[in-house]
Amino acid sequence: MIAQPSGRGSVRPLAERQRAFVAALLDPRRSMPAECIDPSGHADMRRFAVYRNNVASSLIEALEVAYPVVRRLVGEEYFRAVAGLHALQDPPRSPIMLHYGEGFPEFLDHFEPLSGHPYLGDVARIERAWIEAYHAAEAEPLHREVLASIPAHRMADLRFTLHPSMRLVRSAFPALTIWHANRLEQSPAPIDLDSGAQAALIVRPAAEVEVRLVPPDGARFLRALARGESLAAAAAAASESFDLTQHLTALLESGLITGARLRRRRPTCSPKKSLSCR
Amino acid sequence: MRERSNALRRDARTGSCPWPDTLRARAGVGLKPAHYRHILESRPDVGFFEVHAENYMGEGGPPHRYLSEIRSHYALSLHGVGLSIGAARPLDREHLRRLAVLVRRYQPALVSEHLAWSSHGTAFLNDLLPVPYTTETLGLVCEHIDQVQETLGRQLLLENPSTYVAFAESDWSETDFIAEVAQRCGCALLLDVNNAYVSCTNQGWDPWRYLDAFPLTAVRQIHLAGHATDADAAERPLLIDSHDREICDTVWGLYARVIGDLGPIPTLIEWDQCLPAWERLHGQALRAEGLMNDCAAVGERVRAAAG
Repeated sequence: MIAQPSGRGSVRPLAERQRAFVAALLDPRRSMPAECIDPSGHADMRRFAVYRNNVASSLIEALEVAYPVVRRLVGEEYFRAVAGLHALQDPPRSPIMLHYGEGFPEFLDHFEPLSGHPYLGDVARIERAWIEAYHAAEAEPLHREVLASIPAHRMADLRFTLHPSMRLVRSAFPALTIWHANRLEQSPAPIDLDSGAQAALIVRPAAEVEVRLVPPDGARFLRALARGESLAAAAAAASESFDLTQHLTALLESGLITGARLRRRRPTCSPKKSLSCR
Repeated sequence: MRERSNALRRDARTGSCPWPDTLRARAGVGLKPAHYRHILESRPDVGFFEVHAENYMGEGGPPHRYLSEIRSHYALSLHGVGLSIGAARPLDREHLRRLAVLVRRYQPALVSEHLAWSSHGTAFLNDLLPVPYTTETLGLVCEHIDQVQETLGRQLLLENPSTYVAFAESDWSETDFIAEVAQRCGCALLLDVNNAYVSCTNQGWDPWRYLDAFPLTAVRQIHLAGHATDADAAERPLLIDSHDREICDTVWGLYARVIGDLGPIPTLIEWDQCLPAWERLHGQALRAEGLMNDCAAVGERVRAAAG
């Protein structure tokens, strides 16, 4: 037997068949592909339904694993229904299922039947950040000696590399309090939804993922540093009365800073002076 | 690659290979995060562990930490579920590169993938979908396996699928198709005995004849798993490859037939859903090893009687 070339230019009935198979998999209203048969040569929807069910339930399960707190908040049955809708609309784009569910927080934001629970998307963002931090690359924290070697008058120009697992979730709701209260199996105390905005820092500097509440100026400071702004600019972005020393010490102690560099004002004039411990 | 693989196999048969980067002819278990700590604390006597490659394609974190630690004590088999070898499109080079990185990092004794497809366009369906057994599919699958083996610089094991539908245009039998792929590509085979039983039941084939026709000489590893039982629209039994329970007696019988022919061979217990406590899972591995020992003992007696 001689294999047909499967390269460009040739007719590819298999590609067409797979396109039809996927369309029928993801749309329950479609009938099954005609060429799929049972042992007596007939179409059998129950057989094709096994594939449909496998795809839907495996994607729903992946979302259940990634979003346990949202699942607890809306209830198991409701979650499976919402997750199933999302999975059909937004199937994975990568074979790495650890990354699946990136679009779920935004889906929740715009899912009309849940519009009475506008905090759900942000709770989902915290869960998403947790998963990302869990699987993020490792990085060694910056040694204090590196900072000690910087001349005092250059400190303001320092720019930092933050830990690759670091995520910041800012919410107009007390999303972190909600997340915290619903992580465990016990029934949570009532939460005042009007208690104001929160920012959550999610990071895994060592073995375990850590989740912390960050004050608003601290969140602005971290965001500015993450954008690559200098220490002075980040402190200015935080607030007028920002305690830089205290925040910098806290960042160093918690292992969030993994690299530091000084950029000359005109980097084209000389080789970039770089300080990094990564 | 062939020679290396044969060397591994000889070692496996004598059961005397002390290096954890080769698989002895023993039973292994699918590694699950729920069992990480137990395994490291109690170091159960298990032939090897197998992981799904895609579950370790995150950049860092606890999964890699645990796998590295477990790998330092046990042999490993790497089982891919995302390459989509049967898809009518080029292989995802980036994904293949990630697989190569994992192989370099963890030095598994075996690397396997499925005769199936799971990607189309930009979507990944997270299920192992069936291919028609046509000459067009054969050329495509062989092209992809060649590319995988070249990139990894080693032999790939291809696993027979579990299927729920057939394709009207298939003009090869499943066993002939798999034998032809193995011959053309020089790849090895992973015989999933439960998949064979599931597919045979669902397609109306005799599983014993299926095994007679299967190219057993190319088999380097066996998978065993449990399945669920349903029925199709015509009330015929429809088996679902669910990996959520003990292996059924018929599959144990089919396994005994295979190792009666091949002798002891690395055998994996797959249990991915409704994960039981470690002891129950390990019990299935012990049962597989018991059968392998029985087989070996019969072989010894036959040789003694003949000699």
